[in-house]
Amino acid sequence: MTPTRKKRLMMVLMVAVGVGIATGIFLTAFKDNMMYFKSPSEVSQQNYPVNRSFRLGGMVKESSMRRIPDSLKVQFEVTDFAASVLVEYEGILPDLFREGQGVVTIGKMQNDQLFVAEEVLAKHDENYMPPEAAAALEAAKPKYKNTNKESN
Amino acid sequence: MLASIGQFLLILSLTTAVVLMLLPMIGYYKNNDSLMRTGRPLAYLLFVLVFSTFAILVSLFVLQDFSVTYVWQHSSLALPLRYRITATWGAHEGSVLMWITVQALWIAAVARYSRSLSLSQISRVLSVLGIIATGFIAFVLFASNPFEITNPAPLDGRDLNPLLQDFGMIIHPPLLYFGYVGMSVAFSLAVAALIGGQIDEKWIRWSRRWTNLAWAFLTIGIILGSWWAYYELGWGGWWFWDPVENASFLPWLAGTALIHVQAVSERKNAFRGWTVLLAIIAFSLCVLGTFLVRSGSITSVHSFAADPFRGIFILVLLAIYAGGALTLYALRVNQLKSKDAINLESKETMLLGNSLVFITATFTILLGTLFPMIFEAMGKKISVGSPYFGLMFFLIMIPMAVLLPLGAQMKWHKDKMSSAVKALLPHFFIAGLLTVLAYFAFDGLNLRATAGVFGGFWIASTSIMQIIKFPGKPNAGFIGMSVAHLGVAVFLFGMSMTEHKDVEKDLLLKPGQTTQVAGYDFTFNGVTSIQIENYRAQQGSILVSQDGQPLVELHPQKRHYPKQQQPMTEADIYPGFTKDIYVSLGEQINDKGDWAVRIYIKPFIRWMWFGGLMMMAGALIALFNKRNKRLEQQQVDQVMKERLKLS
Repeated sequence: MTPTRKKRLMMVLMVAVGVGIATGIFLTAFKDNMMYFKSPSEVSQQNYPVNRSFRLGGMVKESSMRRIPDSLKVQFEVTDFAASVLVEYEGILPDLFREGQGVVTIGKMQNDQLFVAEEVLAKHDENYMPPEAAAALEAAKPKYKNTNKESN
Repeated sequence: MLASIGQFLLILSLTTAVVLMLLPMIGYYKNNDSLMRTGRPLAYLLFVLVFSTFAILVSLFVLQDFSVTYVWQHSSLALPLRYRITATWGAHEGSVLMWITVQALWIAAVARYSRSLSLSQISRVLSVLGIIATGFIAFVLFASNPFEITNPAPLDGRDLNPLLQDFGMIIHPPLLYFGYVGMSVAFSLAVAALIGGQIDEKWIRWSRRWTNLAWAFLTIGIILGSWWAYYELGWGGWWFWDPVENASFLPWLAGTALIHVQAVSERKNAFRGWTVLLAIIAFSLCVLGTFLVRSGSITSVHSFAADPFRGIFILVLLAIYAGGALTLYALRVNQLKSKDAINLESKETMLLGNSLVFITATFTILLGTLFPMIFEAMGKKISVGSPYFGLMFFLIMIPMAVLLPLGAQMKWHKDKMSSAVKALLPHFFIAGLLTVLAYFAFDGLNLRATAGVFGGFWIASTSIMQIIKFPGKPNAGFIGMSVAHLGVAVFLFGMSMTEHKDVEKDLLLKPGQTTQVAGYDFTFNGVTSIQIENYRAQQGSILVSQDGQPLVELHPQKRHYPKQQQPMTEADIYPGFTKDIYVSLGEQINDKGDWAVRIYIKPFIRWMWFGGLMMMAGALIALFNKRNKRLEQQQVDQVMKERLKLS
């Protein structure tokens, strides 16, 4: 090989290694931080990532909210009207958090009964739902339509 | 009545934009001077029409005309005058009207301050700007008309979102739009040059100043947004990697690559194609951002009510602008081949490296932002957490911080890497030493913070050295660059400290209770109810003291606006040079008067924004480069001479 060719080959190899490393980092970072969104129905069918954070969204069930005395711990149920999941959260709830309103929570299932949230999001105003929560309700609609009247 | 005039003016604006798009361009192709000369007057007319339209919408808010749907949806009788004015751009329709108003202002400015361009050049530029204006005015008229009428008119409006009843709303959106829309000028210059088939250094020098100006606005707009989110959203974050924030950050990153590459292509016949491509990318990202914000396809704090038609409309505009420009680029790229050879060891190479780093950052963040949409199309719902963005951005910024001083140090044309490294090496050790000192002064730092602080010292130390050693009297270009780079250093330091040394506590406080956070005593003195202007508030009183000495009394509020069902958290902040003390109220826990309270200690957070301000100042200072002025005067003289010759 001529020296120029050798130089060029080295360049190509270095670029290839660089791109390879970059892609590897990208995919790892992406895989670690990609979060699935699950509805209460899916969770109740055991369809959720185990030991991994995911987003759970739906409506905060009416009169399901309970405060643990002398702490900032709260428990409430997130429902899509076909199924509900019990959620526990410690901290300050967002201003827009209300029973009977849309919510998205981020956290893990502690066991198949309890979802422990690290973050609670309620970024809508009174006539606007988080798109994810709205979609979860929409998906569950056929299941409760017969028994419940349109609530939304 | 007034609304109908507004509607009429909007239609006139659209017509004018269409004419502006067509006449000068036809003139250019037919080589018809009088047609080309219509460009400038049409640009001024367009500005007058669009600005009047905007003024009418503002008046409708000031006069409380609730027969206009947009007004009653976003205002109310109790809303104070200053927020009635800002409510104009508080929601979708008004904010796109502001988009086109700002664009019309840019177009008029380009028409006014372009004496150094020949007639054929300016007519192409104005015509391309006319294409963009046509698309967005049509979008306002057909998909987001703010002048729609409600019959019968309601007696009172629904009120403005309380989060938007704030000082930040007055300045953040307009300045951000100036930057955002300003990128359309760089884009039009690039496309106009492609149409003409040639780009010379005069052309790049001219467009460089406009790009700098737009970039400065974009910088201040983003900084203000961050500062606003910090104090107004009530929860102390300054950047969330929210899709809408990314939408403003992406053009900023591409714009940063662009202004650095322009520095090369202005001096040499090299990287011209890359300059043009970056200008196209930067503006396309602005339109993409507008799509992300306006279509409501992604969950975000900024989402307005979702409307698929609007999303599709903007997507079509994006396809036309980006697709058209890229096609033109593909056809003409052969004529933009670099004529000047570039030495591997030179400032030029370093600046090329800079643009590659920034473009990599752009696409990494773009991928993270768009992936949820791509997955959704495949029927899966996912989101990408902010740790992804944080990690990727950190990794990409490492080469940026390492190479920045090297790029500033290397000479144009030909230099020796080894001599630049030799000049910088002492500063590597100075920065290392300062980082070790900082490490102990702040009780240890984690890996990322250490790297960030080191990067800050490294850039600051080398920039200061370069200023001191500058041969002769420094020119505005060099001063601007140094100020901006020092801003990067200040930003890096502030960000690293804030991110890794902040203290956050959610506490349950009883009236009279004192609690200690990070060496400060916080005494909760209960909550009282007060009535202010158009809202009622529960106001907490928290005394902050240090070593028994009272420091400040903070009054965070929980506000209730009568028209809105939900309360709003208004934090109270004790700002400081080295740290902010930030307190906000959660909710009342029981009837004994116990409250949930969040307390933050945010070290050096202001440095971050100050660093951003320095970057903006740097870009503005660089506009006053004497060399540019001299060269531009020569150009003006030349254009004048040619004009005389012709007549």
